[in-house]
Amino acid sequence: MRPLTIQRLFLQCGILTGILFVVVIVALKAGAVEVSLFALGRDLIRVLVHHGGEIKSDYGLIVMNIRLPRILLGIFVGASLSVAGTGFQALLRNPLADPYVLGVSNGAALGAILALIVSPHLSLLPQIADLLTPLGAFLGAAATIAAVYILGRRQGQIDSTTLLLGGVITASFLSAIIMFLMTSVTGSNLRGMAFWLMGNLSTSLQPSVYWVLGIGFVVATGAIYTTASDLNLLLSGEKEAMHLGVDLARVRLVVYIAASLLTGLAVSVSGAIGYVGLLVPHVMRQLFGSDHRTLLPTAALGGAIAVVIADTVARTIVPPAELPVGAMTALVGAPLFIYLLRRGIA
Amino acid sequence: MSTLARPPAGMTMRSVGDASRANSEVRLSVEQVSYAYSLNPAQAPLFTLEATSFQARAGEIVAILGPNASGKSTLLKLIAGSLEPLSGRVLLNGFATHSLSVKTRAQRIAMVQQESPLLFPSRAWEFVIQGRHPHGRSLRFESAADVSIAQNALAQVGAAELSDRWMAELSGGEKQRVILARALAQQPLLLLLDEPTLHLDIAAQVDLLHGLRRLAVENRYTVVVVTHELNLAAEYADQVLLIQRGKCLRAGAPSAVYQRELLEQVFHTSLTVELGPSGRPRVHVAADREEGK
Repeated sequence: MRPLTIQRLFLQCGILTGILFVVVIVALKAGAVEVSLFALGRDLIRVLVHHGGEIKSDYGLIVMNIRLPRILLGIFVGASLSVAGTGFQALLRNPLADPYVLGVSNGAALGAILALIVSPHLSLLPQIADLLTPLGAFLGAAATIAAVYILGRRQGQIDSTTLLLGGVITASFLSAIIMFLMTSVTGSNLRGMAFWLMGNLSTSLQPSVYWVLGIGFVVATGAIYTTASDLNLLLSGEKEAMHLGVDLARVRLVVYIAASLLTGLAVSVSGAIGYVGLLVPHVMRQLFGSDHRTLLPTAALGGAIAVVIADTVARTIVPPAELPVGAMTALVGAPLFIYLLRRGIA
Repeated sequence: MSTLARPPAGMTMRSVGDASRANSEVRLSVEQVSYAYSLNPAQAPLFTLEATSFQARAGEIVAILGPNASGKSTLLKLIAGSLEPLSGRVLLNGFATHSLSVKTRAQRIAMVQQESPLLFPSRAWEFVIQGRHPHGRSLRFESAADVSIAQNALAQVGAAELSDRWMAELSGGEKQRVILARALAQQPLLLLLDEPTLHLDIAAQVDLLHGLRRLAVENRYTVVVVTHELNLAAEYADQVLLIQRGKCLRAGAPSAVYQRELLEQVFHTSLTVELGPSGRPRVHVAADREEGK
């Protein structure tokens, strides 16, 4: 008998944080413009001690203003999707559940596409016009969450099966509307639309957006983490969990809302990056076990590592062109998933 | 073959149960509990459980018997407090089980159900230590005390050596023992079991009931078990409740309830009832079953 201890949890998270750090350094270095490790280290320390203004060279500009924000975005998106995927898999009691299973990504894509169609017709300040697409995406995601939540209720409570069916139906309905818009609206930004469907991290965002994402991530992940041991009991069934003292209604509500919020935030800035939220939880379960008290933080770190690696490969593999990161995660994720499936794990 | 037509009134057969009956007070009191289930409140109920009453003391085993869909599991859920009675009440040490919070209920009542498959792999000890969940705060890590309670629970059901095995690798009987160990780790006052002998071979069934008898005496649990095994219930229960179509036909000592006419009427088959060597009734399906009966 080896119950989880706080030391073991910190050790596991520490190892993954170390790996993430190395991955971030490599990602900062990799790219069309060569950067020496020494210069990178020196400048990173300068940024950390708030002397970022002393970085003068143009590589500094590239690293700090282009690569670093993109890596931070990758960390946020990967961590959010993995935590949301872990939550949905436990809540819906379905190993195939991913953050998009309830149609949140389709709602976000529809919102973003509507924003892309509308924005040329509005005379907005450039700063506000930049925000319009992620805002549209987030509103689309929120509307979908609300609609699926209403569909998924039975006798005033969320019913996992009804929720799942409601989500699948909503997703297919929304993607039909997206197809309709993409084929019927002429002269619109088709490339921008494709972005929402495939997933991409190349958006430039204002600093305030990073704060929104960061705070949203901490709050939503913290909320899910308070239900970690309840989610462990849910693995053996809803009735069993109830008889072991789990307040099912509260756990369902907290995990559903928080996981949807994480998905909505991630999709609104990056589009729908596939496979991360599905696979990372499975891989972490293999490495560290099914206990959600360790699975949630390790999945967050694992997801961050996976997306930063995938994005770095995607932007360096065929220079100067860039692949969408979603194409990269699907290229690697699909065979990996089949491998896990054949081993009877997923 | 002697058929037990009508045992003498007040006939007692059990020494252990009777001893505990004499010197311990009532722990579980089911008072005129009824229930009605309907999809739509405006419609006539699809199923009703008529007012049912019985009492049980610490260390006693109560068996609920009856054909399929007779309301046995509904009664068990009412006792567990997960269903609210339409009328009457279920008191556990004086508190109505339905009005307890989910957590308090889980500290006092453990339920062993027909197992549902685990979503992700888990080791036996991880499963058993979940029984400590209602006793801790949600983010607490298990203490040394929790670990030793879980180890004890596994040892009590004779499954200490299964501790590090994966749940998916266990046989039906082994799994049932681990599930029971998780219920023991809850350290409940009341242990409820819903058809625990389903899917078990006869040796494992006897093993389980024998173990329950011992645990009830050692740990002073009150045990309520829903079962189809008439003979095991007769052998190990202090009281039996016979339920048919939502109506409790009789409650009392096995010898008082196991009457041929009554059992034949409830189970719609010819039976014989005789007295076993332990002094408890035994039921046999009559071999010379008449055609068309």
